[in-house]
Amino acid sequence: MLSQEEIDGFMAPGLPETVIEAKDLQLVFQTGDGPVQALKDVSLQIGKGDFVSFIGPSGCGKTTFLRAIAGLEEPTGGQLRVNGMTPDDARRARAYGYVFQAAGLYPWRSIARNVSLPLEIMGYSRAEQQQRVKKVLQLVDLEGFARKYPWQLSGGMQQRASIARALAFDADILLMDEPFGALDEIVRDHLNEQLLQLWARTGKTIGFVTHSIPEAVYLSTRIVVMSPRPGRITDVIENPLPRERPLGIRDTPDFLAVAHRVREGLRMGHAYD
Amino acid sequence: MIRSILPVLTVVAAIMVLWYGAAVWMNSAWTVQQAARAGQTVTSMDILRDTLAQDRPKLPAPHQVAAEFWDTTVAKKITSKRSLVYHGWITLSATLLGFAMGATLGVLLAVGIVHNKAMDMSVMPWAIASQTIPILAIAPMIIVVLNSVGISGLLPKALISTYLSFFPVVVGMVKGLRSPEAIQLDLMRTYNASGSQTLWKLRWPAAAPYLFTSMKVAVATALVGAIVGELPTGAVAGLGARLLTGSYYGQTIQIWSALFMAAALAAVLVMLVGVGERLVMSRMGERP
Repeated sequence: MLSQEEIDGFMAPGLPETVIEAKDLQLVFQTGDGPVQALKDVSLQIGKGDFVSFIGPSGCGKTTFLRAIAGLEEPTGGQLRVNGMTPDDARRARAYGYVFQAAGLYPWRSIARNVSLPLEIMGYSRAEQQQRVKKVLQLVDLEGFARKYPWQLSGGMQQRASIARALAFDADILLMDEPFGALDEIVRDHLNEQLLQLWARTGKTIGFVTHSIPEAVYLSTRIVVMSPRPGRITDVIENPLPRERPLGIRDTPDFLAVAHRVREGLRMGHAYD
Repeated sequence: MIRSILPVLTVVAAIMVLWYGAAVWMNSAWTVQQAARAGQTVTSMDILRDTLAQDRPKLPAPHQVAAEFWDTTVAKKITSKRSLVYHGWITLSATLLGFAMGATLGVLLAVGIVHNKAMDMSVMPWAIASQTIPILAIAPMIIVVLNSVGISGLLPKALISTYLSFFPVVVGMVKGLRSPEAIQLDLMRTYNASGSQTLWKLRWPAAAPYLFTSMKVAVATALVGAIVGELPTGAVAGLGARLLTGSYYGQTIQIWSALFMAAALAAVLVMLVGVGERLVMSRMGERP
């Protein structure tokens, strides 16, 4: 464990409170073909209320990094703190909601019961469960579908339900691993817009893995560009776009300039191999 | 429904034709022999008539079996020692008790195997080995051993049913309890769910379809186990006893109708499990 001074030392004065902090993070997988370095010297600070996207080609370790933050993978070196705790302690303290690539709803539970699953596990009272389920289903525009089963919903609606499930309990961090990757472009645009509104309303800290440049630029306050073999951060881009972002912003020169920088960053990463 | 009737009837008719043909062919030797002893000559018509109406035919004709079946089920009081319903109930009660114990044991073992590394490594080989021993060899042992400690009647037969029926349930449930996808299990980890919460809220419901499929197999083998359990004891009641006395006295018609009773029981049991499956799965929101 770090002392409080050390943790404070990481934080530059005047910046918002650091929620996630990685320092020289290493993660090596032992595979049948020998060790694979999934993350190398990854250092990053994510402040409270940030919306940080991780972008890069497959194998760049973006998902692994997110899973390490969630305590689902064990780093082999370096330091990682979530809310000032180890990721595993943060997981035990239920510090984050996680949205996976697939909705992963339980087919034998109605939408409302899927959303209340974490609440049941965490021991919320029945009345509180109902009230929270109602609230988050409204938040993702699924009020009318509480009693439906997952197969009765479209892919986009299922993914919205899974976001509602991650929002149902009071975690300040939302980790999303390519949540819209399997959806078509129109649905994805719509969900991106909704996600921004949701973020503005809830003020959560969001870590968002994607391989779409427009999605990363449209959503984030910061874009972390990663590159593979070994997985590492090659660029961190502060997004100058205002927080208020109508979909049309994607055709403005400012937006295109940021997108261009991200693309350059990705290309640079590839120049190594 | 209507469309499937024709093929079904065709198959039944084909079986009937084969069966009657086989009955005439197999029983004709006896007819010819009897006639030769009496110094009579027989025509093909005589052979046909006699082979389908013998008292102890090698292969009884379908209508003989049907008549015996009717006589021993509908026409006899069910308390009668000659009633197939009575014998069927004796066997069925052992089957149901054995199946209940076998299914429970199978589920418990599967839960243990999925949650405990040592059990995972050790139990399955034994379970498989247990099924390679012929049940006919081990059944008398179980009966004799239990009898010597004063346990007889329903329980020893039920235990043989258990011995056979736990196996498909173990195999099916291990597969079922391990069927949740990685992200569903990861999700439980992100909630910091306990092992028992993961079992009850994820593994158990995910295993439900596997449970029913394996129970269909298990209930049929439980019936076989109960019948086999009745054979070595010289039991006086039950379908196994019916088969045994039938074979002692060459009562082939009695044997065949007992076999049909067993088949009918198995069909009904499997169907009941199927009905239970449909009820449970529709309550679990399965796509109709």
